[in-house]
This record gives sequence, C-alpha cells and structure tokens, in this order.
Amino acid sequence: MAVRAPFSVRNQPGFVAIAAICMFALYLPICTYVSYAFNSSGTGNGWEGFTLKWFGIAWQNREIQDAAWRSLQIAVVAATAATIMATLAAVATTRTAPYRGLTLKYVLINQPLIVPEIVTAVALLIFFARIKVWTDYSGMGYLFIAHTAFCIPFAYLPIRARLEGMDLTLETAASDLYANGWQTFREVTLPLLWPGIIAGYMLAFVISLDDVVITDFIKSGGQDTLPTFMLGQIRRSISPELNAAATGFLALSVLAVTVFYLINRKRN
Amino acid sequence: MPTVEQVGKLRVRREFRRRWLLSAPALLTILLAAVGPLAIVFLFSFMEKGDYGDVKYWHFSTDGWLSLIFERDPIDDTLGLASANVQIIWRSIKLSFLTTIFTAALGFPTAYVIATRSVRSRNTWLFLITIPFWTNLLIRTFAIQDLIRNEGLINLTLRKLGLIDAPLQLLFTDGAVLAGLTYVYFPLMVLPIYASLEKLDMRLVEAGYDLYASRLQVLRHIILPHAAPGLIAGSILVFIPSIGAYVTPRVLGGGKNMMLGNLIEQQFGQARDWPFGSALSIALLVVVTLALLVYVRNASRGSGSHHGR
Repeated sequence: MAVRAPFSVRNQPGFVAIAAICMFALYLPICTYVSYAFNSSGTGNGWEGFTLKWFGIAWQNREIQDAAWRSLQIAVVAATAATIMATLAAVATTRTAPYRGLTLKYVLINQPLIVPEIVTAVALLIFFARIKVWTDYSGMGYLFIAHTAFCIPFAYLPIRARLEGMDLTLETAASDLYANGWQTFREVTLPLLWPGIIAGYMLAFVISLDDVVITDFIKSGGQDTLPTFMLGQIRRSISPELNAAATGFLALSVLAVTVFYLINRKRN
Repeated sequence: MPTVEQVGKLRVRREFRRRWLLSAPALLTILLAAVGPLAIVFLFSFMEKGDYGDVKYWHFSTDGWLSLIFERDPIDDTLGLASANVQIIWRSIKLSFLTTIFTAALGFPTAYVIATRSVRSRNTWLFLITIPFWTNLLIRTFAIQDLIRNEGLINLTLRKLGLIDAPLQLLFTDGAVLAGLTYVYFPLMVLPIYASLEKLDMRLVEAGYDLYASRLQVLRHIILPHAAPGLIAGSILVFIPSIGAYVTPRVLGGGKNMMLGNLIEQQFGQARDWPFGSALSIALLVVVTLALLVYVRNASRGSGSHHGR
C-alpha cells in the first residue's frame, strides 16, 4: 500500500464506511431474495444447492403465467401510448417563448408525479366503478388508460430534456429548403430525438411494470398482474416459484434501466 | 391583401393552435384518468356516507372531514377524539420524518463519498444507487420481509452466532416499516445531495484545512452549506412518498401498524366510509402539494447563490 497522504478531501472519518455499509445494505436484501429463486431448498432456510427448477415450475404455473403475461401486455400498451403522446406534448412545450397555458400544461403533464399513488388509486376506483356500472364494460381498457396516464410524465421528461438540448438550426435549414412541418419533423427532428424517445419508453415501461397500488384498486376479477398477484400472496409462506417469477421481472427492469442509462451516458 | 402584420399574427395564432393540438392527447388522457377522478374524490369528501360503501349523492355533510380527528358517539351523538385515526395519522407523520432523518444521515456521507471519486467511478456508483430504485418496489419490500422474518437471514445469523435463543420479532413492527421506507427511498436522498456536492469546488475544502479549520469546522462551514439545497430537496423527495406509503406498511407493518395510505384503503374496503376516505385522500394531497411547493421554491433559489449564512 502506498504511503497515505496526510490529508485528502476525499476522506472524512467514517464516511467511506457508512457509504460501504449502505451499498451493501442496498443489495443484500435483493440478492438474498433472488438467491431463493436458485436455492433447491423450498423453505428458504439455508442453502441446499443451486437449481433452476423453480423457473420451470413458475413457468408452468397458470396463475403466474397469466399474471406475468398481463403485466407485459399492459406495460407495452401503456408505454407505447404514453411515449407517443409524450413526444407530441414535448414538441409542443419546448423551444418556444412562453405562451398562454404553457405552465398549465407542465402542471397537468406532471400531475401523476405529484399525487400520491394511493390517492390516484382511490380516485380511479370511484370513477371506474361508476363507469363499469353504466357501461357494463369491465375489460382491460381501464388498466390501459390508467397506466398510460401515469406513464406520460416519465416518458415526457427524457424526451423534453433531449429536445431542449437540440439546436434549432437544422430544422430551420430544413424549412428553408421547403420542407413542410411534417417532413421536417420526420426527416430531421425525429432522428435526432430517438435516444430521448427510447429512454422515455424504457422508463414508462418499467414504471408500468412495477405498478401495484393503482392496478390493485382498479382491476376487475381475474385481472391480476404479477405485482398484484404477489401482493395477494402476502400471507402465504415463502414460495420459491414466486421468487423465480419476480427475479425474471427484476432482470427485465434492470435491463430496461441499463439501456436508459447507456443512452443517457452517451448524450452526456 | 393582408398586411405583413396580419400574416404574422395569423402565423402566431396557427402556431399556438398547433401546440395545443399536439399536446391534446396527453392532456386529455391525464384529465380523464388522473385529474378528473380527483375532482370526484373532492366532491365525495363532502357527501354523506352510503350504507354499503359509496355515498348518498348530493346529500352534503362534513362528517368525512370531521372523522379525520373526531368520531361521533353512536349513543348520544356527541363528538369525541377519534384516537385510532389520530394514532395512525400521527404514526404516518412520525415515520415519514424519521425516514427522512435516517435517509439523510446515511445518504449524506454516501453522496459525499461518491462526489469525491473520479468521474468514471462516480458514474458507476450512481448507477449502482439508481438500479434498486428502478426495480420493483414491491419486490424490494418483499426482499426486506424475507430478511427480517422470524426464519429470515438476520434471525438465522444471530442465532448461529449464539446471540439470541428465540427469533426476534422484527416483522410487523413500526421499526420494520421504518427500515423498509428508509431502504426503499434511500436513493431519492442520495441523488439530490450528490447533485449539490458535485458542484462544490473541492479546493474550497482544501483551503479551509490550509487555514487551520478542523474537520468538523470544514464540514459545518463549507461542505454542509453547499449540500444544503440537495439535503432539502432530498428530504422533500423522501418525505412525500413516505407519508403516502401504502405497500411498505402493508407488507412490513401488517394489519396493526397502518399508515395513512392503509387507512385510506380501509375506508374503501371493509370500513365502507367513502367520504372519510376521500377527505383523508384530499388532506394527504394537500400536505404533499405544500411540501412540493417548498421543493420548487428551494430548487429555483438553489440555482442562484448558496453561500450559507
């Protein structure tokens, strides 16, 4: 070990230790939880060897399979719809002199970030319950629209950030060359905007995939997603196949976040 | 022939309309599935409660709001303190504050350590902090549950070490909820503090030492003032989801250690008191909005000078 410098701003007594403990504590629960999915002991008491059988069992469990499939379906629909709407909204709210209603738009778009989930969940429960009575429709539409709404701000923020970092000269050049609004958008703005759009999509996807509170309140019978199914199993003792299913979802989330991170890093 | 001025005005107006049209889908979706239903909740909080859930439409009453603190005696109809509800509200406030303090106490050193690494390893550290934050909150809460249950890793280890004979009851306590909230919202504290500290010129810290300031003095007079905007921002970002927490107290607190979110849920479930549940929701929303206003003010001031004292 090198001779330690007498003084360094990097060393505050105890700070490194606290940081190390925090990082350890951050990952210990997740790693333990994931390890049960690979543990041949079904009770979770002690390690009895590596296995992949729980993934197979989870895969064959009808309930888990349905719930996982439904989660993915909702996440894809909501993230896609939210990203399209957020892109349009971002184009409409950036690179402009302040105009009447701009602040209102910001507040509205970010509203789902502000309101506690439980409040939104309750509000939607009341509202959708009425509509269910009136229309007799109790399909997945409610989940689609609710997820889309709370995904919009998550898709919006990275897209808007990207747009604000872009300069206007290329687009001005395009319109000087007689491109119309749509052509300019398609040929110039959109290609430059892609990284922001993908980042927004990833965030929206993860947020939808993770939601439990709102989904739990507004789902009709037989519309469990993986998180609400897990919440329903709360009182049961440990079940490694559920750990396995959750591990699969964790992997998916981590993948999406990593893509988001890589895109962002390239930008900076 | 239109004048130049008229053409200009027309263009501005067309541009204005285009921008509204483009944002319409997002705004309408949010109005329909977020803002609109909130208005209904607000209305419901002022209505009479229905016999089997729901409300009696257009029968106005303030009972929902009164239930926040009082309860009506079923026999003589007088108002008394609703101790059960007050207790839950108090627990929510207490746990949220404690969560904020704990995350700050742990998050500040962590953020400082990250901010003083090289640029490359900073990014890795930040990434490691963010990853758990974006992974499923429910799974993370279950992970904590796994760890602290009677047969969990912590009790198992303590027993193997011979420190305890019988498992400690960690799960379903206030402490478990506190630990869970701290765990879950820790990244929300670290990131803003880091953002503040990143801007701190480390030469200032060195200058402080060179001028014979002790470590504590440097911490108090140089580092903390610079970290303050981040600390405030982080505190609000942690406090807001903590006070509205639902999943964490449900999984880690069980039925006995409810927080506001669970109390709200109960009103729309077994308790069937929608006006009270609505009033609670609106009250929670007001608290959160106030906290956010402080946050926004802090953020806009934080971009200016922050030279402490």
